[in-house]
Amino acid sequence: MAKIIGGIGTSHVPSIGKAFDMGQQEEPDWKPVFDAYKPVQQWLAEIKPDIAIVVYNDHGSSMFFDKYPTFAIGAADSYPIGDEGWGPRALPEVPGDPEFSWHLAEELVYNEFDITICQELSVEHGFLVPMNLCFPHEPNWAVKTVPIAVNVIQHPLPTAARCYKLGQAIRQAVDACERDLRIVILGTGGMSHQLNGTRFGHLNTVFDNDFLDKIENSPQELTQLTHQKIMEEAGAEAVELIMWLTMRGALSNKLTRIHRNYYAPMTTGMGLIVFEEND
Amino acid sequence: MAVKREKLKSIPGTTIFDGAESRKGYRINKFAMSFTKPENRRAFTADEEAYMEKWKLDQKERKFLRDRDFRGLIEECGGNIYMIMKIGTCTGHGLYHVGAQLRGQTFEEFLETRNASGAR
Repeated sequence: MAKIIGGIGTSHVPSIGKAFDMGQQEEPDWKPVFDAYKPVQQWLAEIKPDIAIVVYNDHGSSMFFDKYPTFAIGAADSYPIGDEGWGPRALPEVPGDPEFSWHLAEELVYNEFDITICQELSVEHGFLVPMNLCFPHEPNWAVKTVPIAVNVIQHPLPTAARCYKLGQAIRQAVDACERDLRIVILGTGGMSHQLNGTRFGHLNTVFDNDFLDKIENSPQELTQLTHQKIMEEAGAEAVELIMWLTMRGALSNKLTRIHRNYYAPMTTGMGLIVFEEND
Repeated sequence: MAVKREKLKSIPGTTIFDGAESRKGYRINKFAMSFTKPENRRAFTADEEAYMEKWKLDQKERKFLRDRDFRGLIEECGGNIYMIMKIGTCTGHGLYHVGAQLRGQTFEEFLETRNASGAR
């Protein structure tokens, strides 16, 4: 039987990908980010997941406003590296598990989550930065993936509560899978940041740390957050945090929080939280 | 009966990219999205005016582009930050240059406001 064994909430700041490619991991202003993921990589190497479900948003790589899905799922053998406007990063294509993706899609749709199914999907920083921080990729990626894309860039957005319920539906879908698969789920994006207006660069470390507390202990409270409240407190682009609730909704309440980190060097609160299922 | 829901209210110093912005900015955003193909980046770099003409940008959009006025493209033309950054990268204006412009600061002034500006 398939089983969710852990969940990770992590930022997906694009400059981390650039720093990674340029080998800046040891530079003083970057080191706190990269060091924070070392125990996570070690943990993942020990628990050996077969599949990582990555909840992220596309920032204009594979998706555009001609048709921008509210929820979409990748169902391909592999996911090429997208070109976001500055050329694709030199990374191997990311392997998928289309059989498992179609299983999830079928269970989700019959559970009233009418998700768009993508048989061709290139992936970009929203997906790749968390993957880089968590899994080795040389010579090939250490895990298969299921990308799940959420619209958090063009309002109207799905509510925080809806994203949490999507996570619960993902858990039910995993439980209904007969294959012997060990699964981790990543909720990505955020934390506080704003990339437009005179409030560009807005950070709120108090909000971010409160969010980290509550995603662990009282996620139900976070599902009551409105987009308005998140944007006012933590910046317009902080609404990405609703994708962390999909991760949390897919977990039980019998968890051990094994890691947590926070660092806000430039314009984004870079958060990290890691949970392992006890059973 | 109407669905009970949150209605978005404006936030000072903030652009909320909603349906109205997306409709207003559709042309400039689609133009920017074309920069995800290397041949289009090359075409723009080789002859900006011809590339803008090909996409039938309006005069306001062309002026902001010539002036590298990213604030104008976002705030007056409906540009989405993620799309506009594809143009910015092509013209050598990274996110923090654009951000400084949005804040009405120089790049150096903006960096002064950050906690650890080496992480960029």
